Amino acid sequence: MPEPSGLSGRLYQAVASTKFWRGVVASVVFIALWEIVSRAGISRIPPPSAVVLTFNDLMGDPSYWFSWYLSMRRVFLGFFAAMLVGIPLGLAMAVSKAFYGTVFPVFEVLRPIPPLAWVPAAIIFWPTQELSIMFVTFLGAFYAVVINVIDGARAIDMRYYQAARSMGSSSWDIFRRIILPGTLPSIVVGATVGIGIAWAVVVAAEMISGGGSAGSMGGATGGGLGFFIWNSYVGGSYTQIVVGMISIGIAGYISSALLRKLGELATPWLRER
Amino acid sequence: MTVMPLPQVPPPSAAAPVQRAASDAVAEIEVHNVSKSYGTAQSLKTVVRDCSFTIDRGRLTVMIGPSGCGKSTLIRLLAGFERPTSGTISVGGKSVTEPGRDRLVLFQETALFPWMTAYDNIMFGPRARAEGGTDARKRAELLLDRVGLGAFRRKYPTQLSGGMQRRAELARAMINEPKVMILDEPFRGLDAMTKKLMQEYYAKLYEETRRTTFFVTTDIDEAIFLADRILVMTNVPARVRAVLEVNLPRPRRLEDVIENDDANLIKMQVLSLLHEEAMKSFARGSKAAADFIDAYSRRIRKPS
Repeated sequence: MPEPSGLSGRLYQAVASTKFWRGVVASVVFIALWEIVSRAGISRIPPPSAVVLTFNDLMGDPSYWFSWYLSMRRVFLGFFAAMLVGIPLGLAMAVSKAFYGTVFPVFEVLRPIPPLAWVPAAIIFWPTQELSIMFVTFLGAFYAVVINVIDGARAIDMRYYQAARSMGSSSWDIFRRIILPGTLPSIVVGATVGIGIAWAVVVAAEMISGGGSAGSMGGATGGGLGFFIWNSYVGGSYTQIVVGMISIGIAGYISSALLRKLGELATPWLRER
Repeated sequence: MTVMPLPQVPPPSAAAPVQRAASDAVAEIEVHNVSKSYGTAQSLKTVVRDCSFTIDRGRLTVMIGPSGCGKSTLIRLLAGFERPTSGTISVGGKSVTEPGRDRLVLFQETALFPWMTAYDNIMFGPRARAEGGTDARKRAELLLDRVGLGAFRRKYPTQLSGGMQRRAELARAMINEPKVMILDEPFRGLDAMTKKLMQEYYAKLYEETRRTTFFVTTDIDEAIFLADRILVMTNVPARVRAVLEVNLPRPRRLEDVIENDDANLIKMQVLSLLHEEAMKSFARGSKAAADFIDAYSRRIRKPS
């Protein structure tokens, strides 16, 4: 049989595979069980059918989408700041023993503090709620990025430096053409892990801080997905809680998939053996 | 039962290494009384002791010795990655103090940069010296064709076979026109067939360019097939046990090593020297091994 090619071919292959159908069956069973459990009154969790109806209503509600926008913005701005600060810091610590000796002890003392423990302090430090939440997402991603960059840069094979030096590379040339590309795969890993933590953190930060002051759409629904969930809980709308939870799952998945894709583009040598 | 006797060839004595011919040879690299130790004063490990030899210009010098005898340490010293504890190493009369493009090393396993294509790997040296212009690009293309990788220029190292990786690495070194090529067991880890092909390829390459080469190996057949001159090393701490000239005609064929009488004589000499050295390292390990060797050598002296 000829290899099916192109998008339709790949789609056909995916749909025809046992793996695909296993996934479908598992999802159907999960949703069916959930429906039964809530309809039988075993749990007060709303049934999936009710959740779908609420989700359908919310699709047309701008304030729901504004929550998406706010959380996305907080995650990505915090994440970019973490990359911007974390990558150079990690590289500097990997390259310079003196710098490492100076900075790492402080870094290691601050690192075990959970980002959420920073929420009250962040609210006091920063002039706006928005900046406080972003600072917390920044911290969430920051440690993952820095640790991965340090480990990645240190794991570069000694022989690459020796070969480069023998062929006449300057220190700058070695940094640019050996250390940077050599660390890139670890930067991608750090980024993927980091954005996952940023999502975990932003939701809690929004709940704790009351969703920030950026709710320009007015009312209580303008504070991001975390606050959306909290507000639904306070308002007693259980189906909305579940919609909020699923929304975060989807948002996190999209972010990670996006980063993985970017990472693949940035490290072509790791693809196709 | 009789024990197979060792090759009955008088081993050249350590005091007077065999030196034949090569009267017109000019030393490109001179290693003079070099020692190298690691560790602190309390636990000093001397890996190379009072080692002296030369690498002649335009010739292929092969170093062979028991594994772990300090050959790789000598390579790091020659390359300038490390400095000797005492003694001097000079290239073209100039003392070695740092790595330089006049001596390029081909490592045991591939050290191609995985994030660069074959072409970019080869262009690394010229670009490092800001010489990556049209001239270098042309030479890179020529070299790619020469090592048979013309169709693989856009491939990353992981997409190349072991033999291709070795050839790409040869090209990456050759574009820099080094005075001396230093190869540290370059064909180790290749499958038997690829290894033979690479040996033939390398011999041909050497015969065409006659670039001064220092080739380290543990494979006797490889040594004899490639060498103009063989340095047989002692067990650790490394020094030169014997120097053997290999005057087989070039271009060489792999069969020469098996068929040629001179080649076989050299092979037996090298074998008996290496056997002695290997036994020393074996004996050092354990009392049982020492007893075994003692008994073994007594049986050889008095065959039943």
